[in-house]
Amino acid sequence: MTDKAIDLSLIEPVLKEYAGVKGSLITILQNVQEIYGYLPSEAIYRVAEATDCSPARVMGVATFYTQFRFTPIGKYLILLCKGTACHVNGSDMIAKAVYEALGITDGQTTEDGLFSLTFVACLGCCSLSPVMMINDETYGSLTPDKVKKIIADIKAKEA
Amino acid sequence: MKITVGQGSCGIAAGAAKVSKALTDALSGSGIIPGITGCIGMCYLEPIVDVYEDDGRLHRLVKVSENDAETIADAVKSGDMTKLASLEISDEDKEFLAKQTRIALRHCGVLDPESIEEYISAGGYKSLEKVLKGETPEQVIETIKISGLAGRGGAGFPTWFKWNAARQSRCPEGGKKYLICNADEGDPGAFMDRAVIESDPHGLIEGMLIGAYAIGASEAVVYVRAEYPLAIVRLKKAIAQAEKAGYIGENILGTDFCCDFRIKAGAGAFVCGEETALIASLEGERGMPRLKPPFPAQKGYWQMPSNINNVETFANVAWIIENGGEAFAAMGTPDSKGTKVFALTGKIRRGGLVEIPMGKTLRDVIFDIGGGIKNDGTFKAVQMGGPSGGCIPAELLDTVIDYKKLSATGAIMGSGGMVVMDDSTCMVGMAKFFLDFTAKESCGKCVHCRIGTKRMQEILTRIVEGEGREGDIEALEELCSAIKEGALCGLGQTAPNPVLTTLKYFRNEYEAHIKDKTCPAHECRALLRYNIDSDKCKGCTLCARNCPAKAISGEVRKPHVIDQTLCIKCGQCAANCKFGAVSVK
Repeated sequence: MTDKAIDLSLIEPVLKEYAGVKGSLITILQNVQEIYGYLPSEAIYRVAEATDCSPARVMGVATFYTQFRFTPIGKYLILLCKGTACHVNGSDMIAKAVYEALGITDGQTTEDGLFSLTFVACLGCCSLSPVMMINDETYGSLTPDKVKKIIADIKAKEA
Repeated sequence: MKITVGQGSCGIAAGAAKVSKALTDALSGSGIIPGITGCIGMCYLEPIVDVYEDDGRLHRLVKVSENDAETIADAVKSGDMTKLASLEISDEDKEFLAKQTRIALRHCGVLDPESIEEYISAGGYKSLEKVLKGETPEQVIETIKISGLAGRGGAGFPTWFKWNAARQSRCPEGGKKYLICNADEGDPGAFMDRAVIESDPHGLIEGMLIGAYAIGASEAVVYVRAEYPLAIVRLKKAIAQAEKAGYIGENILGTDFCCDFRIKAGAGAFVCGEETALIASLEGERGMPRLKPPFPAQKGYWQMPSNINNVETFANVAWIIENGGEAFAAMGTPDSKGTKVFALTGKIRRGGLVEIPMGKTLRDVIFDIGGGIKNDGTFKAVQMGGPSGGCIPAELLDTVIDYKKLSATGAIMGSGGMVVMDDSTCMVGMAKFFLDFTAKESCGKCVHCRIGTKRMQEILTRIVEGEGREGDIEALEELCSAIKEGALCGLGQTAPNPVLTTLKYFRNEYEAHIKDKTCPAHECRALLRYNIDSDKCKGCTLCARNCPAKAISGEVRKPHVIDQTLCIKCGQCAANCKFGAVSVK
């Protein structure tokens, strides 16, 4: 995947609103990620400058929290639940099925930039376990075959 | 006639929004628009549609799909409710709710979470008015003291004590006190806080405002997990409505009491459930705990006196004010008063949210309400308290639900996650699952927690992979006690609990993995061994054709064999065999 040039002007409204409010670093980073889909290093430097702290400190905060990503994500972000209920009901098999279908595991993106996979602690839909979310859609009571079909359907739609 | 569709996150995941849309289309022209409610907690029956007749009679329809929309619309338009018979909830399933006592969840799945009018007409904000206009903060704290309400986030610390400490704490000049709601529900397997916010946001707001009045806070903050987008949307909406109605802001209800309200979305860190870490995160820092004292009641958010309680704790407050502390204290045991909400999941027949008075037994919840094990399996253990808790075995099913009694088993009440396991769940695997979690979520501040959990994770990994060695159990025990003693915060101090409880109750499973290289639950793949019974094998070749590793050979109509050196233990052969000839050990 090629890195597109980062348009830093997109985050200026965010910085204008929050840079002066103390304790807003996490909120700023959340907004920046909302805009780019991840935290590009250029943006980290810009946030550090605007909030008057070192880039290392911004990185320190950003890397502490699982929500923040540092590489671009695919068009479809798969959030695979690894909560306790999902574990008991076979989430390992679901992760394996995704790997078999797409060749990616936690934190990776397919070469065509279509899919990214992230393991999450718990989506809170425990009664539908095992569960995954793809963008805003939740898929419950999964089986490896169901997963492969869901992925195949998206691929077919995108082909 | 009124129709509502339950739309909490899990209802929506099960298809409730699609059902709602299909119903809206099917009912167009009839003058009836389906409304929404939050989550009633019967997750295993979602999507759920409630049809109220004009005389108030309720028809609760379960597992509704889009295709049922026409049937429902037809019944509603014609007034012939017998047409709904096939969709109506069974008498057995009605028991799931009938056996509960709902206080924290009293409005969940009943009221429209997006309507302040519905909340007010159900008696909402009356308790706030009662205290603002007729009680001193000290009286409120006294009522909470009488009620015996204790922190529902896990620790079970008396709520009145925290409130009183924050009340008594002097505020530096120019400063203010803060009331914080911990909605960073991080325990994998617990979702009651999410359900309360999504289903009854005004109930939370009212409880928080009463708390703010009691301690003298002029700003209230809800720290919510970012993974709960719907909860954030509904809470935002509710705050805006409450502000407009004069329950939030300056001179609330014409009194001197002023309180602002805001939401802060967390960014994903389990340790932020610890109050000093949560405060660090609120301040935009890495969420790392610090030593107490000073306690947050003395120096909390921005060094000001602050009080932090969990969502479920606040959800009880308005009810206690309305009904009196004695009414709440009348339920439960001498040590634990009131009710507790549990998220019942795992290998359970009827999973969902269960609120019961303290003092019931685990068996009451799992078998009487939850209906026992899915697919007629055998109950093996229940995991309580998430990564800080432990596994309670079948022989302790009659343990009474009470903070002290549960702690005595080695598990904890925790926030109320109850994950039920049958005999197909490996207990060593379960311990490894939680250590994977805590090793990842350790903030890294204390050496014992950061490195100790990592070493434990490594040992557990090698045990489940068949590489366990003599002395591993002892090494685990040593690490457990070192981490418990050496860690600063609750995360580290409780991280060994899943290992300690499984070692206590299921030591034989650890020994089987290490000494016999077998997994009694047949879950650890590396330890499985598939064999074909030559007496049962008909030589149909199905297994050989489906084996992805080409590990099965044999002639047609003659018994086949598995080459163990090639076998990848995927289990395809056992799944495909029509004669039950493939066994696994």
